[in-house]
Amino acid sequence: MNRPQALCYKIKWGPDTGPPRYDHNNMTFEQQILQYLITGVTVGSIYALIGMGFNIIYNSTEIINFAQGEFVMLGGLLTVSGMQLLHLPVPFAAILAIVGVSLIGITLDRAAIRPPKDPSPITLIIITIGASIFIRGMSSLIWGKEPYPIPAFSGEEPIPFFGAVIQPQSVWVMGVALIVVLSLRQFFGRTLTGKAMMASAVQPRAAKLVGIEASYMVLLSFALSGAVGAAAGIVIAPMSMVQYDMGVMMGLKGFCAAIIGGIGHPLGVVFGGVILGIVESLGAGLISSGYKDAIAFVILLLMLFFRPQGILGKTKGERV
Amino acid sequence: MMTLSLMKKPLAGFVLFSILLLLLPFTVTNDYYINVLIIIGINSIIVIGLDLLVGYTGQISLGHAAFYGLGAYITGILSARWAWPPIGGLLISLVMVGILAFLIGIPTLKLHGHYLAMATLGLGIIVFIFFQELDFLTGGPSGLVGIAPMSLFGIPFDSDLSYYYLVSAFLLATLLLSINVVRSRVGRALRAIHGSEVAASVLGVNISRFKVGIFVLSALYAVTAGWLYAHYITFISPSSFGFMFSIKLITMVVIGSLGSLWGAIFGAALLTSLPEFLVVFENYETSVFGLILILVMIFMPRGLMRGLEDLIKRMIDLGRQNLKERSPTS
Amino acid sequence: MSIERMGKIGGKFLLLTIMVTMVAMLSVSCAKKAKTPEEYKIGAIFASTGPASMLGLPEKNTAEMLEKSINEGGGINGTKVKLVFYDTGGDATKTVTATKKLIEKDMVDIIIGPTTSGNSLAIIDVVEEAQIPLISAAASVRIIQPVKTWVFKTPQTDVMAVEKIYEKLQKDGVKKIAIITVSNGFGDSGRVQLKNLASKYGLTIVADERYGGKDTDMTVQLTKIKGTDAEAIIAWGTNPGPAVIAKNRKQLGITIPLYNSHGVASKKFIELAGDSSEGTYLPAGKLLIVDQLADTDPQKKVLSEYKWDYEASFNSPANTFGGHAYDAFWIAVKAFENALKNNREPTKEAIRDEIEKLQGFVGTGGIFNFSPEDHNGLTKEGFVLVKIEGGDWTLAE
Repeated sequence: MNRPQALCYKIKWGPDTGPPRYDHNNMTFEQQILQYLITGVTVGSIYALIGMGFNIIYNSTEIINFAQGEFVMLGGLLTVSGMQLLHLPVPFAAILAIVGVSLIGITLDRAAIRPPKDPSPITLIIITIGASIFIRGMSSLIWGKEPYPIPAFSGEEPIPFFGAVIQPQSVWVMGVALIVVLSLRQFFGRTLTGKAMMASAVQPRAAKLVGIEASYMVLLSFALSGAVGAAAGIVIAPMSMVQYDMGVMMGLKGFCAAIIGGIGHPLGVVFGGVILGIVESLGAGLISSGYKDAIAFVILLLMLFFRPQGILGKTKGERV
Repeated sequence: MMTLSLMKKPLAGFVLFSILLLLLPFTVTNDYYINVLIIIGINSIIVIGLDLLVGYTGQISLGHAAFYGLGAYITGILSARWAWPPIGGLLISLVMVGILAFLIGIPTLKLHGHYLAMATLGLGIIVFIFFQELDFLTGGPSGLVGIAPMSLFGIPFDSDLSYYYLVSAFLLATLLLSINVVRSRVGRALRAIHGSEVAASVLGVNISRFKVGIFVLSALYAVTAGWLYAHYITFISPSSFGFMFSIKLITMVVIGSLGSLWGAIFGAALLTSLPEFLVVFENYETSVFGLILILVMIFMPRGLMRGLEDLIKRMIDLGRQNLKERSPTS
Repeated sequence: MSIERMGKIGGKFLLLTIMVTMVAMLSVSCAKKAKTPEEYKIGAIFASTGPASMLGLPEKNTAEMLEKSINEGGGINGTKVKLVFYDTGGDATKTVTATKKLIEKDMVDIIIGPTTSGNSLAIIDVVEEAQIPLISAAASVRIIQPVKTWVFKTPQTDVMAVEKIYEKLQKDGVKKIAIITVSNGFGDSGRVQLKNLASKYGLTIVADERYGGKDTDMTVQLTKIKGTDAEAIIAWGTNPGPAVIAKNRKQLGITIPLYNSHGVASKKFIELAGDSSEGTYLPAGKLLIVDQLADTDPQKKVLSEYKWDYEASFNSPANTFGGHAYDAFWIAVKAFENALKNNREPTKEAIRDEIEKLQGFVGTGGIFNFSPEDHNGLTKEGFVLVKIEGGDWTLAE
């Protein structure tokens, strides 16, 4: 009623001017596609990094930690504090932040995850939701509500790449994601502690019989997941800035990456994240930036309907 | 004595709850609290439906705010753009969302656990984006103005008190229907699905049909709540129906007690009115809210309703024991 | 009948009764006493938490600061002012609830706020029905157009911000523009005005992009814009989005000028975007460049006083949004004073009438001249177009 003229609009699925084909600003259609892909892989790597945090805790507890996004936010904000209050250079502030968030992860486990007796998965989910609300509330008091910048690790001079550009920070994001996923694979697949962590989730009782202290493994997973989350927050901060409420969206996207890839699957999460990132960015570039998240989720839902256990997830036998 | 014997009857609780709802407005001193009670009532309707799905059937949904929003938006758009009467908005939205929930429910409810959580979450986000982007219909992120106040069959519900009774009537209808669903053959089938889907299907329960059925039912509850909301506030914007609200709904179910209809109402009442009490904490309000969620789950992992029940049972047992000790002769 | 025989449903019901009664009793005990005539009550609703808290918090601070300073100065004609504040969290339901609380429980005489346009639209029906004056601190022109009897607002409308930018573009001979707006009430309201006014200034919008408030990267939208023949980009959002846009624009080597909205009219934007903010434009209230204003500027005194007081009280830079609350609070106070001056009991009705009659009030947002047709009272001269140069703002006119 208030805007009657609006009724005459048609639903437009594309840009007002038709497909952007002419290269007035010296960018061909192919170069644009390349640029979308680069952005997609960058953003996807962040989702993957956050998804890995979900995986670590899932692998040793089968809990979905809804406070994972807050680890990301804390990593960024603690780095800011390290730089501003202690005047540390970025690498040291970053290390300090990673250690700090690991400790927060440990505290979360000790104070909230461990105490309830015989909890159901949903109880633990609500606990992590409560924790994320608590952490966000406290952070808004400590750091305020304004966003903070972190300087790019190696400058902001873009790297030309076949007519498109790569931000130096993108290289860092992809590099860190790759290093973290490879180390985690190594850790869970090759080291005794890693294997013990997996074992205590899949068969807690059997694990106990062979002398694995389950509660220690859970503690370790929260510390590790805090560290990975913090690393994600630090490496993305120069691009997206850090703000007390960034964790919700980050956690959501990371969760999706983990699920798409098949929760708990170490390599799946990378596929999940990168696919999510690319679908989002191609959707925004070729169809509509307003609908980009919807496009991404529609495709993800279709994938789930055809592969209900995630892309790389294994079909589990139904337990009776 | 009279009332106590009444309680043995299955629906006695329902009757007494109706009387309570009827009298509740007279206990509050300020009209403002009626407004809080209305919001509690609206939230309770959604949470009861969600409890049927999550608590009784064991299927999680992280996107229920979408159905609530669809209920509000369909009637809102019909009312604001084409001056439809509210009752028409309700019928159309029930039919449209009913079909939608059915079509979506079939593939979605084949998923399990976290995958189901993710799929419902995705649905919620897709619907949310449509609220934002279809601005020629929905008014976009700034919201939709001009929704007519509630009026049914010529009777206007323009005061808070009359609206309270309207919401109460819908809440009671929802509750009655749910009690019947839970107590019927369907309810037993649902519990069987919750226990073990494989076992249930071996016993001849058509799992998919029941799961989708309950999914549609809970969506329709949410639609009704959205309808009541839209014509009460008379303004809607996408932010009221986002991911955070879906999470809040799940929290209400769990805090109240999964698989308890009274618990659902209690959870909705508590979490809706909690911010009113937390105002005293000023800047710490959000943090205290989070802390309360954690503490409830730690000390009463089965939710407040069950937790308090256990507590009272224990106290009664303790009292009886004391009684025995004091008079060993009897 | 023994106690352990309480049936299952019955037992649960009893429990529920106890709890509901407890909640009800708590509410009763919490209910405040009725209004005392010895004070004038100003209700305030701002989003001091939630996504709009960057705007809402300075507004809340400002209102509290003014309450204190006005009472220290003897109140309104000797009567103390009482501020009753509720946080909306930026949520429509919470805003409506808080408004009803102010009207029915606290019985305030006038309400200032809320922070966002969506929340303001949500309560228009409530205040119109309750017949209580409202001075909104939100931008959208839809709040006061068409004119509502009881609703006023202090910020310049987004129409004025758009016109300020379009005037400059027209002067520079620009014909084709690209817009990129955030998907929330602020961005949406800006987007509607950008589209509505474009033809009036001979402009064609060749790309209409959106981004989410928490998006980490906008290179996709900007790449798309780069592929068009746009001659200028207009970004509409609040931090940090526009800062990310500024950075991505530079990295993609886009050379056409970038215009921002008044949503980033704070030092924070320059801090976040760093070098990338150099050479970009934005329309802003004069508060931003108070030091550069000529001494003859009628607003200079008010602006420097507010800036100084705010920064001394809260140890953080004053911004335009707090200024909106400052104007709203003072307009309310002026209305009380004028009603008393005219020997009228300061009822809600009298206050409303006095606001509508208020002329030449010098605020932070401009000089307000209200009328029955104009419940904002400002012209686009309340804005100045500034350019960011050397990490600071300079007048671009």
